[in-house]
Amino acid sequence: MPSAIAPQEEHPALIRVRDLHCGYPGRPVLQSISFDVGPGELVGVLGPNGSGKTTLVLALSGVIPIERGSIDVMGAPIDSQKAKERARRMAVVSQEADVKFPFSCEEVVRMGRYPHRGRWRGNAFRDEERVNWAMDAMDARPLAERLITAVSGGERQRVMMARALAQETPILLLDESTSAMDIHRKLEVFRTLDALSREKGLTVLTVLHDLNLAALFCRRILLLRDGRVAADGPPERVFTREILEDVYRSKVLVREIEEIGRRQVVFLP
Amino acid sequence: MTGAGAGPTAPGRGPAGGGSLRLWLALLAAVALLTFATSGIGPFGISYESILRVWLSPFFQGAASGVGDSERYIVVHIRLARACLALMAGASLGLAGAVYQGVLLNPLADPFTLGISAGGALGASLAILFGWGGMHFAGMSGLPVAAFAGSMGALYLVYMLGRVDGKVHSTTLVLAGIMVSTFLSAWISLLKSLHEDSVSTIVFWIMGSLSGKGWLHALLIAPYLLAGSATILAYARELDCMSLGEVQAMQLGVDVPRIRLTLLVAASLITAAAVAVSGVIGFIGLVVPHIVRLCIGPGHRRLLPLSLLLGGVLLLISDTLARSILPGGQELPVGVLTAILGGPFFCHLLLRRKKNIQL
Repeated sequence: MPSAIAPQEEHPALIRVRDLHCGYPGRPVLQSISFDVGPGELVGVLGPNGSGKTTLVLALSGVIPIERGSIDVMGAPIDSQKAKERARRMAVVSQEADVKFPFSCEEVVRMGRYPHRGRWRGNAFRDEERVNWAMDAMDARPLAERLITAVSGGERQRVMMARALAQETPILLLDESTSAMDIHRKLEVFRTLDALSREKGLTVLTVLHDLNLAALFCRRILLLRDGRVAADGPPERVFTREILEDVYRSKVLVREIEEIGRRQVVFLP
Repeated sequence: MTGAGAGPTAPGRGPAGGGSLRLWLALLAAVALLTFATSGIGPFGISYESILRVWLSPFFQGAASGVGDSERYIVVHIRLARACLALMAGASLGLAGAVYQGVLLNPLADPFTLGISAGGALGASLAILFGWGGMHFAGMSGLPVAAFAGSMGALYLVYMLGRVDGKVHSTTLVLAGIMVSTFLSAWISLLKSLHEDSVSTIVFWIMGSLSGKGWLHALLIAPYLLAGSATILAYARELDCMSLGEVQAMQLGVDVPRIRLTLLVAASLITAAAVAVSGVIGFIGLVVPHIVRLCIGPGHRRLLPLSLLLGGVLLLISDTLARSILPGGQELPVGVLTAILGGPFFCHLLLRRKKNIQL
């Protein structure tokens, strides 16, 4: 197993994963994962089904316990941080998305302010400002009054993304958070994420299935296979015929699109 | 409850929630008025003027001068005491229902369907059987404590039975609750039959009644209701976040395991307190949160206090009906009435599967 090359040595790592083993009772998933993520990176986590992408997100967000190894987020081990403290550092959009009660979409976005509030009061002005900003960033304003239980899957994902942005964290973890969106929405969301990571230093780690979307926006790809890191690096190093055919076990064509200077991948029938 | 013009999308919700002080004062005044109105109903006819005089007598000396002693006794120690007890027991059940539905993410959950009430009733009847019902333990009765132990036991049983592969499934949970409820009710019947042949007391525990209860009982449950509801109301925000599901709530910074346990214990505590004095009264806890949600939406900062209020109001109305509806002057157990009214509502929820209340 080639150990991951720490890509941005000049920055202190925001997320630092070392020899991570974890999974579910009787079913180990991640085996010896190590990587660092620095500030302002936009990392795509890819890999076939069952390779451990979602498990990695759950482990990074402290939902499932670590069996061996360590995860440090902003210098502190993830399992020593209080839930609220963790949620001020890292916002997560998970796949589990159905909301049980008919909250309006704006109320759901507002929930993103939870970690910033004390039991009885918080900074209402700051909350309002950030909620409005997040709704605009995800173009969720037209959905504000609609019920979260009555909007489409893609619209709900937009609301959940806005909720995560309202959380005002330096790190954003996304798990297939744009999967149900139209292609133009997906592109808009990724353009926004790209701008936020470049201009505001937001660190984004996103699980994706779409290799070509990843190739357009992610500046680094973490490719998983069977709970291990199969490749880690910029798209031009990871998206090669050899690596992809090995990981996805099917024939691929990899083409450099000169007009945009990016690679695109076609799986052959 | 606030402005009615918010359209069909998000009915009547202000931006920040919370609700204005004036609204709450108006609601409390309405509750007082309702209590006043129900105080005039009963086999012993008392004019509203006399009731008003008695009510005002603590504030104005001599206001009750023209009212007879027996009338005064009935107004204060029977009707008002019972109304307060109905308000408190109903408030407990309504609030507990809102908590169970919010924590378990299950629209069919309530103290009755989950078997919590039956557990409390079994605990209470065991306490009475062993003679722990009187006032000891430093002025506190053992009754609510025993009822609480029974409720927690039932909750544990239902939770264990309702879990399939480590996941709690809504319908399984309610099935488990109904099974546990039936099973425990059978034990109550058996205990009572073995101990004394008074069938009426069995009916009291299983069908619930406030008959013959007074200030003593109201004082008995007040501290539990106060402590339990103060705890619950403090976690309104967390309950909102928990509607997103366990994983998302944890990622939002909610300490889900700890808060879930705290809330379930607090809800079971107030349920047990209500059951200890009123027996098993079904459906208040189920119906009330749904009605409130329809009116003001699911935000718990308003849902919880309004469920508390509406639960009290609903039980007060039901109890007044229960003690006055039969022409012969006998009382109907109030649980019979709530079940007759609430049963169809439960079926309606079960059959509807409306988009915004998913099973």
